This record gives sequence, C-alpha cells and structure tokens, in this order.
Amino acid sequence: MFDRRLVSNFDWVLLLTVLLLAGVGIVNLFSATSSWQSAATPIYLKQLLWLSGGVLMALVICLFDYRHLEYFAVHFYWVSVSLLVYVLLLGKTSMGATRWINLGFFNLQPGEVIKIAIILLLARIFAKTASPLGYGLFELWKPILWLLLPVVLILKEPDLGTAMMVIFIAATMLLFAGLKRGTLIGLGLIGALVAVAGWFGLHDYQRARIRTFMNPEADPLGSGYHIIQSKIAVGSGGFLGKGFIQGTQSQLSFLPERHTDFAFSVFAEEWGFAGSFVLLFLYLFLIVWGLYVARRAADRFGLFLAVGVTAMIFWHIVVNLGMVIGLLPVVGVPLPLFSYGGTSMVTTMIGVGLLMNVSMRRFMF
Amino acid sequence: MGLDLKWKELPAVQKRFLFYSTAATMVFLLLLLRLWYLQVISYENLQERSIRNRTRVLSLDAPRGPIFDRNGILLVDNRPSFKISVMRQAVENRSLLLERLSLLLDIEISELEARWQEGKRFPIYRPVPLAEDVSREIMERIQENSVDLPGVLTEVRPVRDYLEHGSAAHLIGYLGEITETELQSGNFDQYRGGDFIGKTALERTFDPYLRGGKGQRLVEVDVQGKLLRQLQVEPSQPGNKVYLTLDRELQRAADKAFGSESGAAIALDVNSGDILAMVSRPTFNPALFARGIDGDEWRVLAQDDRHPLQNKVISGQYPPGSTFKMIVALAALRDGIAANRSIDCKGDFVVGGSRYRCWKKKGHGPTDLKKALRESCDVWFYQVGLELGIDKLSAAAREFGLGSPVGYPLPGERSGLMPSQEWKRKHYNEPWYAGETVIASIGQGFVLATPMQLAVMMAAIANEGKVLKPQVIRQVEDWEGNLLLQSEPEVVRQINYSPDAWNVIHDGLVAVVNEPHGTGHAAYLENVMVAGKTGTSQVVRRKSDEEEELDEDGEIPYRFRPHALFVAFAPAEKPEIAIAVVVEHGQSGGRAAGPIAKQIIQRYMELKGQASQDREE
Repeated sequence: MFDRRLVSNFDWVLLLTVLLLAGVGIVNLFSATSSWQSAATPIYLKQLLWLSGGVLMALVICLFDYRHLEYFAVHFYWVSVSLLVYVLLLGKTSMGATRWINLGFFNLQPGEVIKIAIILLLARIFAKTASPLGYGLFELWKPILWLLLPVVLILKEPDLGTAMMVIFIAATMLLFAGLKRGTLIGLGLIGALVAVAGWFGLHDYQRARIRTFMNPEADPLGSGYHIIQSKIAVGSGGFLGKGFIQGTQSQLSFLPERHTDFAFSVFAEEWGFAGSFVLLFLYLFLIVWGLYVARRAADRFGLFLAVGVTAMIFWHIVVNLGMVIGLLPVVGVPLPLFSYGGTSMVTTMIGVGLLMNVSMRRFMF
Repeated sequence: MGLDLKWKELPAVQKRFLFYSTAATMVFLLLLLRLWYLQVISYENLQERSIRNRTRVLSLDAPRGPIFDRNGILLVDNRPSFKISVMRQAVENRSLLLERLSLLLDIEISELEARWQEGKRFPIYRPVPLAEDVSREIMERIQENSVDLPGVLTEVRPVRDYLEHGSAAHLIGYLGEITETELQSGNFDQYRGGDFIGKTALERTFDPYLRGGKGQRLVEVDVQGKLLRQLQVEPSQPGNKVYLTLDRELQRAADKAFGSESGAAIALDVNSGDILAMVSRPTFNPALFARGIDGDEWRVLAQDDRHPLQNKVISGQYPPGSTFKMIVALAALRDGIAANRSIDCKGDFVVGGSRYRCWKKKGHGPTDLKKALRESCDVWFYQVGLELGIDKLSAAAREFGLGSPVGYPLPGERSGLMPSQEWKRKHYNEPWYAGETVIASIGQGFVLATPMQLAVMMAAIANEGKVLKPQVIRQVEDWEGNLLLQSEPEVVRQINYSPDAWNVIHDGLVAVVNEPHGTGHAAYLENVMVAGKTGTSQVVRRKSDEEEELDEDGEIPYRFRPHALFVAFAPAEKPEIAIAVVVEHGQSGGRAAGPIAKQIIQRYMELKGQASQDREE
C-alpha cells in the first residue's frame, strides 16, 4: 500500500508549522514552570514527550489511507459514545466534574475522543449525500440527532466547554456543507432559544464565570481573579515583553494555571505584543493551511475531514485566546500545541495526522 | 468521484473556502486588536498593577529618641527586643509547629494558638507575632532550629530601656499601644495599629520629637505573600535627643532619701525654674508598659490605694499646713500689722465661740513674727490671719502661684485650692465664717496645694518675689546636633515686698532650721545655711481631741495620720535650690520630711563642689 508518491507529496509545511508552534510552546512551558521546585520530571520535558508521542501517532495515521476511516466512522462514533456513558457511570471525579477514565499512565477524556468521532461521522454523512443547493431539515434531522446524543452526555458530566466545542465544530462543518436559507435561519433561531434556556440550566459556577466575564472587578479575589491576573500579565508585557523567565505575574505565581489554560498569558507577558503577533500569525497560517489542505483534497470525505479538523483547532485557539485576554468568559479550553496536557496534545496531533493524511493523498483516486 | 470534484469546483463552494479563510483572518485580527489594546494602550495601567501585585511596603520602626539628664547622662535608651512571629502561609503542619515552639518558648500551645487566630485579621504577608521580647538565648535557640520551624521569623525591634528603672517615671511617662481614636485623630499619620506611642507625661507631650521617622522596605513577594527579595530600603530616622533639666545624681539622692514612704519631693533651681529632681512615691516600672502591660499587672497598679501611677508632685493636693505661714506673714507685713507685733500665746485661741488650739498645748508665751515662724506658733497666725481676712490672704497666696497651675510643661497638673469669700458663695452658697479664716491661716481647712506649687512658692520667696515657671526640658537636639528646642527661664511675675519684709521672712526661715527650738532642726547642715519651714497637716478633722481613734499599738491608723511637709531653700544667703517634700501620713514635718530635704540639699552641695573642682582641674 505504500507509494513513493506519498513521500514526495508529504506535507512538510504543515508538519514544520506544527513543530514550530509546539516548540515555542515547550520553551514557554520551561519559563512558566521554572520557579517550581520539584524533583519530578519537569513539565516541559513531559510535554516534549507528549509531543514526540503525538508526532509518532500522526505519522502512524499517515500510513493508511484515510478513506478507510469513512467505513469505520460509525463504529468509532459508537465506541466514543460508550466511553462517554462509561465515564458518566464510573469515571474519575475531579473538582465536581467527571471527565476522565484512568488508564494508569494516562487519563483518557472521552470528551476529546468524541470531537474526532463527530468530525469523522459528519464528514462521512456530508460526503455521501451531496446537496448542491444546500441541505434542508429533511436531510439534517438525522445528523443533528447523532450530534445531540454525545452533546447531552458531555453536558451531563458537566463539561460545558467541550460540549460547546463539539457544537462549534459541527456547525462549522454544516455551514461549509451548505444550508438552505430557511434551514439556516431556523437552526439559528433554535440555537438562540437553546442558549437562553441553557442559561437557566447552567451550574452556579458556570453562571458565575459568565457574570464575572461581564464584570471581573466585582470579585477580584474570587471568580474574577483569573481574568484580572491574566489581563495584568498580558498587558504588563507591553510591546516587547518583560523577557524570557522575567514575567513577574507568572514567575511569582500571580497567574493561575499558567502552564495549562493560561500558558499564552505567560508568553504574552514575556514576549510582548511583538511575540504575540508572531505566534498568532503562525496559528493563522496553520488554519489557512488546513483550509488549503481541504481545498486540495482528493474527495469530499477528505475535504470535510480537513475542514472539521481545522475547525477543531481554530475554535480551540479562538476560545482559549479570547478567554485569556478577556474577550470571552473563562471556559476550560486549552490552547492547542501550547498548553500543557497529554490529552490536548494527542487530540491535536491526531487531527494533524488526519490533515497530513488527506494532504499527501490529494492526487490519489 | 467525478461528482465530488464537480461539487468542489462549484463557485459557491470555492467562495466558501475564501469566506472561511477571510473569517478566520478577521477573527485573528480581532484578537490582535485586543492584544494591542491591552499591551500598548493599557500598558501603563496594567504595568503599574503588576508592580503593585508583586511589591509590598513594610515599615521599619524608628528607635525612639533617647532621654538624657541635664549633664548628658543617658536616662532612657532603646535596646533590641527579639520578637518571634510566623508567616502563616509558609506553615504546612500548624499543630506540629506550635508544639515545637511551645517547647522552645515555654508558652502553652493554647496560647500560641490564640495568637495565631488573632493574627488572621491582618493581611497574609504580615507575620503573626507569637512571642514578644524573648531573651537572646531563646532567640538563638529558635534560629538554630530554624530548619524544623518553617515560616518562623525572628525580628528585632527597638524597645524603650529605662536605665534608671522607676526613677522619675512620673516625669518621663510611659508608652502604650496606639488606640483607634488616636489613629483616627490625624496626629499619628505614620502609625498603624499595634504601634507604641507616648501615653503620659514627657513621652506623650514630646512624642512628636521622640517618635522619629519610620523607614520603609520595598520588597517583592509572590502570590502567597512570601518575601522574595528586598528592592529598596529607606532607613528609619531615630527620634531626637531630649535633654531634661533633671540631674541624675540629685535624682538618685532624692529617691534614696525618700525610702519606702509615700508622697512627693521636688527640687527646683531657684534661678532658672529647672526641675532638678522629682520624686513621686510609690513609683512604677515603665518597662512594663514598653513591652505591653498585661491586664493583671495593670490592675495591681491601678487599684493600689497608694496610687503609684499618679504624679503626686503635680496632682497630689495636700493641705499645706504650716508651710503656708510665710504667705500669711508676708501679707501681714505688707499690711503693716506684723512688724514688731507680739502676741501672747496661751495655747489656744477663741473666735465666734469656737476654740482653736496651738499645736503646743501649754502655749509659746509672748511671740513675735520670727519666733512664730521658728516655732510655728499657730495662735500668732490665727490672730494675724483673722485681722487680714481671707481675701487678702488669698490674693497674697495667688501671687506665689497657689490656687492655680504654675505652668508645669507636661500634662496632669492640678490647681490646688485657695478659697475666698466669693469662692465659697459660689460653691457652697454660704457666707465665709471667721473660723474658716483662722484655720486657713495655718494652711488647713479649704486650702490645698501641690508639692510643685509649694516648691515654686519657696523659690519665689528665695529670690525675693521672682516667680519662675518650672522647666522640664533643657533642650532637644537632632542627631546632627541641631538645636530644635531650648528652654529659657520664664518669669511668670515679680511680687513686690519691701526688702525688710524679705529679710524678716528669710531670718525666720533660717531660724526654723538653725536655731534651738526651731521645728526644722532635723534639716540642719553644717556647711550650708538652710532656710526651711515644717508643716504637719491634718488628713481628716478629728471628731474631738479627746477621743482619738487608736489602733492596738496605741497609734493612729495609717490613713488618719497627718501628712508631713517640709519646704526649704539653700544656701540661705544666696539661694540656688528650692525644695518641697510631702510624706503622706508621715506624722511630723520636722521629723519625717525634714531629713529628706536635708539629704537632697547635702547632695546638691556635694555635686556643686565636685563640679567646681572639675572646672579647676
């Protein structure tokens, strides 16, 4: 099955962009955790390990033709849904939420797995039934049910962030597939209604986060603390930054969760607007390149697969950055390739593997 | 497959790629705009907040100004006091830590626990004090074991050190923790809760000079408030040096002379009004207050019926008794009824149907002014006083400073009492009776005076009518030697009597001490001529002379015993020092108070001799 053309068509640009971003991320983690005095393996080394594992996984994914996945998409979906059910019944509870399955060396988050599963499933559905004039409700009620089942399960955990991510990814793919005008308006209205109704179904801490986002100074030591400290970190970096390992906000621990969700704040404090500009440019390049891969894809399944993976990465970046610079409420969403965490790294690298797979088989029919 | 490609080539689909790329770019531009707003436009504000986040200003206590005597001898200094405190957030196992500390400090765990809880009201970066003023050994033991005592700090703080212990404690005063009202008064802007300020006497009035300026340490802290490093130090400014008018040697002599009696003694420089020695008994140890007095210690002092916290020199009001007789004599001389006046004392005096006795039951016989002073004949003064009337007596006494504060520069002075007809009408709505004039003439009845007033009076008699304001401070200097304050002699008024009148009084007072039959012979000194006057004043009026209350030993119970007074100046021919002594319930002015005055004068002359010897060498 291995073809010489696969090597010559290998997407080096994508891999290098990803490695560059992850490299900057690891350097940043080195700074973010440099004041930690712990005998255990340093965080940045662990992240390097996860990156290596992730790259390896991405390369393995490249070995077989992504078109085989179209067939397995449904099975994969059900396995993922089963994991969600399992985690609800028997998962590991932490901070009031049940999100993990302990695999000994690794805490598996079914919420992450389902993102890939939904991308695969929707790509299969949209690939099968083309609708040049756009989809109507008649074609869509089934995929919407497919989508809602895991979303409800995730909300049960509860994990609002992941549920939103899944919906954003699906909506992006759906919009790309095309909707009839009436259906678009109808779905939009339903979405708005659900959002309003959802406010009343939110947990107290979730509502507090949204209120805090509106006015973080109301409770500077409580729920507003994260946003305020993060804004101070980013803003006090100025145009050129305070310098590597010189960020007072991060080095003196004023910034919470600085190696995970708030890793970008550390970067922005130490490298300033200039550094942030370069980093954002790299991320934007990754997104645009992902769309470019989709455009060049050999078939509709590959196209939607690439759009879905790009959407996943895009929304993670936007929601995370929006959160740390105070544009969006605090939702626990990591910055891909940058925040510390095995789950995020593995999920992202699986997505990257899929993108590379689609990209290198663009001429194969 | 063909279908796939065709769909992809549709312009609508191609437009979607363009739309998505553009949308993503726009979103990133929005993020960049926000970053621009935070990092460039709001930079200064957020930068400042990040600095405030990580820096704390800790104040450094200033050593209080030292207090010297008039010759520059140190009376009150500061010593390092070791304080053990703990940084709460650095402690992981509180009970283990408190257990260890309890052993090292020898303080109950429950008490340490209580202090820990109390410290919770302060910000987390402020250490919680666990033990104040521990010994150097304990401090060293704590430092040796610091590895096992995470979060425990030893701090050095200057505290007041009273080299003379309770001596002159009433003049110097004591310190105490600043109160909420004082904090809000605006007079203590550098102070915070827990700081010590001067509460009484000199420490209070001169607090602005003594307190010095606090220093500051700008430190960097982490999110838990843990100190990381010092960024900037502004050292504290020690308080100014205060020089008193006291002479330590004379003060020591006065303390020693007073022994364990209750009462007061004061020595004034006749020519400047400087207070050379000041004793109020019983005294207290101001060091108790410097480290923070506890409730029990306070109760013992406050409830003692001999009033150790009261400065009896300025706030003890006693009937002056016979020490008042010079005033009567002077007023009579001015009135022309005393010169060459002889009265036959038969031991008693009758007016308005009441009989007033002379202290000498069998009487003094024919008595002139000099003899009346020398032997303190009451009948002579009854007669003369009655002729003068209370208002003339009162006016004469007021000129000498009786009946109103003499201007002692520190707080707490009381005015004594000099009655008049008008005063009695106002306060009792009753007319003045002749009998009241009679007993006022021997300094009894309504008449009250503080030892300070008696000393000022005596100094004015000594320098022939010049009334001087008593001085406590010689000068205040800063550490560069700049003079901030210097006291000059202050003449309150000049009282005019004929030179003859002064001579007669001086002669009488010299006779009291130096002639046989003089009541003040106990104050006689060989090498210096002392002029003085004894006084023995009744505490409560006895029901009658016949039924005295006696205790088992045949003595009058302590609280009914008369006060013993002695006032003096010396040398009589060229006065330099004036003295007033009151021994509470001392029974006899001549026997109880006289020797105290004598010893002070003796020491004064010795010191003067040493000083002139030093000058010659």
